[in-house]
Amino acid sequence: MIVPSMCAGHPQPMNQAISNEPTANESPSSEPPSNEPISSESISNEPVVRLEQVRFAYGEREILRGVDFAVHRGQLVAIMGGSGSGKTTLLRLIGGQLHANAGKVTVAGQDLGALSTSALYALRRRMGMLFQFGALFTDMSVFDNVAFPLREHTDLPFELIRDLVLMKLHAVGLRGAAALMPSELSGGMARRVALARAVALDPLLVLYDEPFAGLDPISLGVTGQLIRQLNDALGAASIMVTHDVRVSLELVDYVYFVSDGVIVARGTPEEIRASDDPFVHQFVHAEAHGPVPFHYPAPPLASLLDEVAA
Amino acid sequence: MNALLELLRKIGAMTIDGVWRLGFIARFFCVVLRYSGQSFRRLPLTIREIYFSGVLSLLIILVSGLFVGMVLGLQGYDILQRFGSIDALGIMVALSLLRELGPVVAGLLFASRAGSAVTAEIGLMKTTEQLQAMDMMAVNPIARVVAPRFWGGVISMPLLAALFSAMGILGGWLIGVVAIGVDDGAFWSQMRASVDFRYDVLNGIIKSFVFGMAVSLIAVFEGYDCQPTAEGVSRAITRTVVSSALVILALDFVLTSFMFRGL
Repeated sequence: MIVPSMCAGHPQPMNQAISNEPTANESPSSEPPSNEPISSESISNEPVVRLEQVRFAYGEREILRGVDFAVHRGQLVAIMGGSGSGKTTLLRLIGGQLHANAGKVTVAGQDLGALSTSALYALRRRMGMLFQFGALFTDMSVFDNVAFPLREHTDLPFELIRDLVLMKLHAVGLRGAAALMPSELSGGMARRVALARAVALDPLLVLYDEPFAGLDPISLGVTGQLIRQLNDALGAASIMVTHDVRVSLELVDYVYFVSDGVIVARGTPEEIRASDDPFVHQFVHAEAHGPVPFHYPAPPLASLLDEVAA
Repeated sequence: MNALLELLRKIGAMTIDGVWRLGFIARFFCVVLRYSGQSFRRLPLTIREIYFSGVLSLLIILVSGLFVGMVLGLQGYDILQRFGSIDALGIMVALSLLRELGPVVAGLLFASRAGSAVTAEIGLMKTTEQLQAMDMMAVNPIARVVAPRFWGGVISMPLLAALFSAMGILGGWLIGVVAIGVDDGAFWSQMRASVDFRYDVLNGIIKSFVFGMAVSLIAVFEGYDCQPTAEGVSRAITRTVVSSALVILALDFVLTSFMFRGL
């Protein structure tokens, strides 16, 4: 039986480690939680996620063409790239929703391609995933949404589930919204509830699919801080697919750039900012001209004019 | 010639597509049965679906049953009086409802009310990635979402058909006995003497059970298989209602030909 910890193996309770709200033992003027990236010593050598020469195609259309990367415990990694570059496919391969045509995807030392459905489900109990728009269950309250994985996978008594759920909601600043329905939440609040649900079982690996899409600047900043703080509090490995360069470079430990099915650049945020690679430069500085074309392939305008004239 | 070839090609493509789809539905049905254990182990999940599919369909079923019975009372009286057999009004109303109209009309109404709602709910869950989220939380959506809705529909349908028939008989009695003045004793005694439990009632229950299986399977399949877009969900709901109606009528013919052969 999985019993989620109160503090995910950390010296302080998670609600204190990651809350933005002052607690009973904390004065309102106390220091905010640290946003420093975790030290390299705390990062284990054994990767939680490893991709080796992974290839994937939807039918004839090749999406990934030999991708290698590794994510260690304690790391928050961003995968960036243009639309249709294969980022979300990569996330689905790591979550076991898709299977690689070639190469190997390993999560927590287990080869996903060789797992049975029950073994994959057992592994997924150690994963959390935040979907682009939260994917909250619309027929359940906020409380029931966060309690869902606990009720499904544990035999904990009601009182303990209630305490755990309220603690997770407190961590994302929404303890007071426990009774609300998803339709009563703003986009940013829904994303935070989904985040609380994703970490309900204190996962080893958390996957984020476009966590900042459609958020206002305040919600975006709060969600970004929460992702960083939750990752540090849980000591988990986190992988975030995102387009938001500015916020991501402030939060993450490492960045992979994907283009046309391969990883074209990688590095720490400092290395990325200093990079003179044309692709990275175009992406970080949001330039229209560069290796990533703005226009979808089309015949030249001149040829269309010739056709009209003819 | 080219137009003819194109027509043949389209017919061929539609046939192959139809066979593929039938095979896919059959496979889906097997998967639903395989994961049905949870529906019964965690009974509140199925009871909740019986409430949504059955209890919330009661109003339309009861009102429709009453009106259908009243129409049967009027039409039956008009026909039977020509042969001087108005005492047989109770038999006519009861047999029409128990054998045919109860299961068939209740099935059609059930498909429109509950089947479309189930398709829309599952389709929207798919569109908003709720099914995918459940799967990522190591909770099988077939076991947690599809199977309880399927069995909720299967259990509700015979009960709704029985209530439809009961209300229809009440409607026939109101028109025949209360409004027109057919003898009350003749109405009920003829019905009791002529309606056979196994031959008439049980066969009607079997029909409604089969229709419940068919409609529920179509509803959950169309929801689960829909394109995850607003248009995709809308098309799936339409397909649920249309396919269910056609399947109910076709199955009714097949079942009637086996069950009622005047033996």
